[in-house]
Amino acid sequence: MKVLRLRVNGDEVEAAAPAHWTLLEVLRYRLGLTGSKQGCDKGDCGACTVLVDGAPTLSCITVAALAEGREVVTIEGLMPLHRKAGGSGPDPVQDAFDRCGALQCGFCQPGMLLSAKALLDRVPDPTLQQIREALAGNLCRCTGYTQIFQAVQLVAAERAGRAPEPQSWRRAGDAPSGGECPFREGTVPQTPAEV
Amino acid sequence: MAARDRHGPEAPWGEFQVVGKANRKVDGLAKATGEAIYTDDIALPGMLHAKTLRSPHAHALIKRIDVSRALALPGVHAVVTGRDMPTPYGVIPWTPDETALAVDKVRFVGDEVAAVAAVDEDTANAALDLIDVEYEVLPAILDPEDALRRKDVTIHASKKGDNVSKHVRLEFGDVDAALAAADVVVENDYSFQGTTHTPIEPHCAVAQFGANGLLTVWSSTQITHYVHRALARVLMLDPARIRVIQPCLGGAFGGKSDPFSLEFCVAKLAMISGRPVKMLWTREEVFYAHRGRHPMRMRYRSGAKKDGTLTGVDAKILIDGGSYSSFGLVTTYYSGQLLTGPYAFPTYRFDSTRVFTNKPPCGPKRGHGSVQPRFAFEVQFDEIARKLGMDPIEIRRRNFVGENTTTVNGQRITSNGFLACLDAVEKASRWKERWGKLPRGRGLGVAGSMYISGTNYPVYPNEMPQAGIQIKVDRSGAVTVFTGANDIGQGSNSAVATLVAEELGMDHRDVRVVSADTDLCPVDLGAYSSRITFMVGNACIDAARKLRGQIVAAVAAHWSVAPERVRMIGGAVLDLGDPSRSLTSREAFHLAETKFETLGATGSYNTPTLGGDYRGGTIGASPAYSFTAHIAEATVDEETGRVDVVKIWCAHDCGRAINPLLVAGQIEGSTYMGAAEAVMEEHEMNRFALHAGPSLLDYRIPTSMDVADFEAFIVESVDPEGPYGAKEAGEGPLHSAIPAIANAVFDAVGVRVRDLPITPAKILKGLRAAAAPIPGR
Repeated sequence: MKVLRLRVNGDEVEAAAPAHWTLLEVLRYRLGLTGSKQGCDKGDCGACTVLVDGAPTLSCITVAALAEGREVVTIEGLMPLHRKAGGSGPDPVQDAFDRCGALQCGFCQPGMLLSAKALLDRVPDPTLQQIREALAGNLCRCTGYTQIFQAVQLVAAERAGRAPEPQSWRRAGDAPSGGECPFREGTVPQTPAEV
Repeated sequence: MAARDRHGPEAPWGEFQVVGKANRKVDGLAKATGEAIYTDDIALPGMLHAKTLRSPHAHALIKRIDVSRALALPGVHAVVTGRDMPTPYGVIPWTPDETALAVDKVRFVGDEVAAVAAVDEDTANAALDLIDVEYEVLPAILDPEDALRRKDVTIHASKKGDNVSKHVRLEFGDVDAALAAADVVVENDYSFQGTTHTPIEPHCAVAQFGANGLLTVWSSTQITHYVHRALARVLMLDPARIRVIQPCLGGAFGGKSDPFSLEFCVAKLAMISGRPVKMLWTREEVFYAHRGRHPMRMRYRSGAKKDGTLTGVDAKILIDGGSYSSFGLVTTYYSGQLLTGPYAFPTYRFDSTRVFTNKPPCGPKRGHGSVQPRFAFEVQFDEIARKLGMDPIEIRRRNFVGENTTTVNGQRITSNGFLACLDAVEKASRWKERWGKLPRGRGLGVAGSMYISGTNYPVYPNEMPQAGIQIKVDRSGAVTVFTGANDIGQGSNSAVATLVAEELGMDHRDVRVVSADTDLCPVDLGAYSSRITFMVGNACIDAARKLRGQIVAAVAAHWSVAPERVRMIGGAVLDLGDPSRSLTSREAFHLAETKFETLGATGSYNTPTLGGDYRGGTIGASPAYSFTAHIAEATVDEETGRVDVVKIWCAHDCGRAINPLLVAGQIEGSTYMGAAEAVMEEHEMNRFALHAGPSLLDYRIPTSMDVADFEAFIVESVDPEGPYGAKEAGEGPLHSAIPAIANAVFDAVGVRVRDLPITPAKILKGLRAAAAPIPGR
């Protein structure tokens, strides 16, 4: 048993765990942070991805002790950290995933979202190829990725104050939507203070 | 009962307010923030962890099991074997050939033999090593042809002493005469490999057996109701003492439709130990649990006139069922029954045989039973078009079965937007300008398909509704809808909220949905056969319309006006005769509760009488069919045989899109899953009956680098019986993706791959064999 001192989602926390435990085990079983998912437990699927010092990291194959002295961010941390930084509502990446239909079963999304977040922090306006590459370690079985790509592109476009990429779907007979994306304006859920 | 009433496809007040809008899902942000609770996220006080001992043999008798050493291990609280739960069950009540744990025989490598509950997973795993099992190994059958031929080895007890799981032969019209009269007949063999679902969430179940004798099971199931029934049967408990809850579910695709060993085991272990028990399967165990797409070997013979009109289709299909029946009875019917649209077959025969083999059991995977025959037929249709020198889109148009018609096997088609689907993909892909004119190595292929929106065959015979809804109205202005339906990520809870909000003229964010909890929700038959939007949707409208009648009546009485003047819209209630007068939904609820006392409503749906008048005629008979067309563009490298699917266009007729964003997600997800089955995936057992690669690294589902560019088109044919005209969208758009890719590959290099998956080796072999010009180019 080892007492780990970790910094998770901005908080200093201590947890006693067997020395061989992975970061995912400590997050889920000791800290109650069940947002990070176990899909394969061998680093194949990416559902367990968390940010360690801003870098997407497979927590299921990372010994927890290696995260000591580093900044760990899990899916549960994104919205609170966004609020702490003066934002309202969820993190824009979380919001864009919801707006674009990128969340079906949602099981891969904690990892997927953090990989997307890390990309957007590093490359504010990524190309489609950069998005594909950044998300290549996160398997999604529901979406076919298209709506996920659109969500990442939407964040970048709104940051740059430009119309987002045309969505990949439309009603037959409608003209190509030319950047129309559902929920462009005014639909971000309000934080209690703003209601 | 209003179950069979038609609500009509139109908006309650002339124009839709919520339906048809790309609204957020009810649970999208919960999933985006980690707030959503999945089964493995549940931790109960004192909870034990369970593990399963699995058979190392593909086929063996269990001579003896000794669990005493395992039970003696410190930290172990309970051990169960097949003898503790010997009652056989099957999701299809006619074929109960499974037990919670193997009783005296194992039938595949990975078959469940015993389960241990211990303080933690490591202890449970250690205890598995201490269980002594003595096997008498039997010869194993791995090939379906062997299974058909051999009688010396039988995997299940069988009256005929063979390994046939199900045989169906149906003929409609004189096929042989029709083929003899055809101008062109194409006959070939096709095969579809096994594929599996690979939801990212592994199966998980948690059980708690209360001191009051109430058993609660949380399970990652897509059919709560059948798990409930199976638990009662196998555990020999009164079903009224069992509660089954499906928490948030991390993907299923058919792979969580059967009751599974782990649900019985956690329940029994909890009953024995007096502590809550969780079992989470490893990824490897999920691969062995399987219930995925059946491998099929198919011989098709189709004939057509010179003008392209089909005269008859003749199919003989051998289905590799794996070791248990699962849904196999239905699979066998579906392999023939679901092919008779979108094209008119003047005559049709199919002869399908499902056999047992000593491999993980096959079951329903997205597009259950019909994806494999669809591949074979759509490729064969392409071959016919080439022979006749016809445009493959044109030949499909020419054979269109039509709307408001009956198929050759007696299925009633209502709405049918297939022609609009063909038009949409033809135009978007610039087919007319490009087909046949692309440089060698690049090709376009087309295919079409249809699928059911639920079926009128309930898996156990009963006359009760197939879908039920309860609505509770709160004085706060919120409404809660209770549905037994399983939201497995497809967004059915969001569809439910949308439909109720539309009918009650509410802000959809004020409609809460409680689902898939057998204590709280009326029975629904669950998430399979693409039934929820259609059936549960109709039940929603049924319930909400009754409630609306009460609310409108109360407001009309309050205002002393005729009910026709009262309109519920956008969270308000308006007087159409006096624009200055309005109420909020909340105020209207108060008036209605004052007048009618506590408010609530139930609604239900049952299918009308459907299907042909012959044995099996109701299987595959659906109240409405969806239609799909795909065009794929592929490039083929003739040096390496590498196939790249460059772009896919898909148009899908979903009747009406309750939420187009979610429909688009289903179209894309289905298409991508199909595309992967065409060129990447293979769920294969080796000669030792071991899975060739039971991991997400070895079993190749696509990454973000692998998926083609994609455009989806939503076609809305507005079905007369669907909820506001809606039909299914979750499975149909998988089917034709696969033959469209195969046909594109042929268009690119003239190699006809009839055995999936399309691999570089098959391309190179075909190129060497052919080295001939491409017919029709």
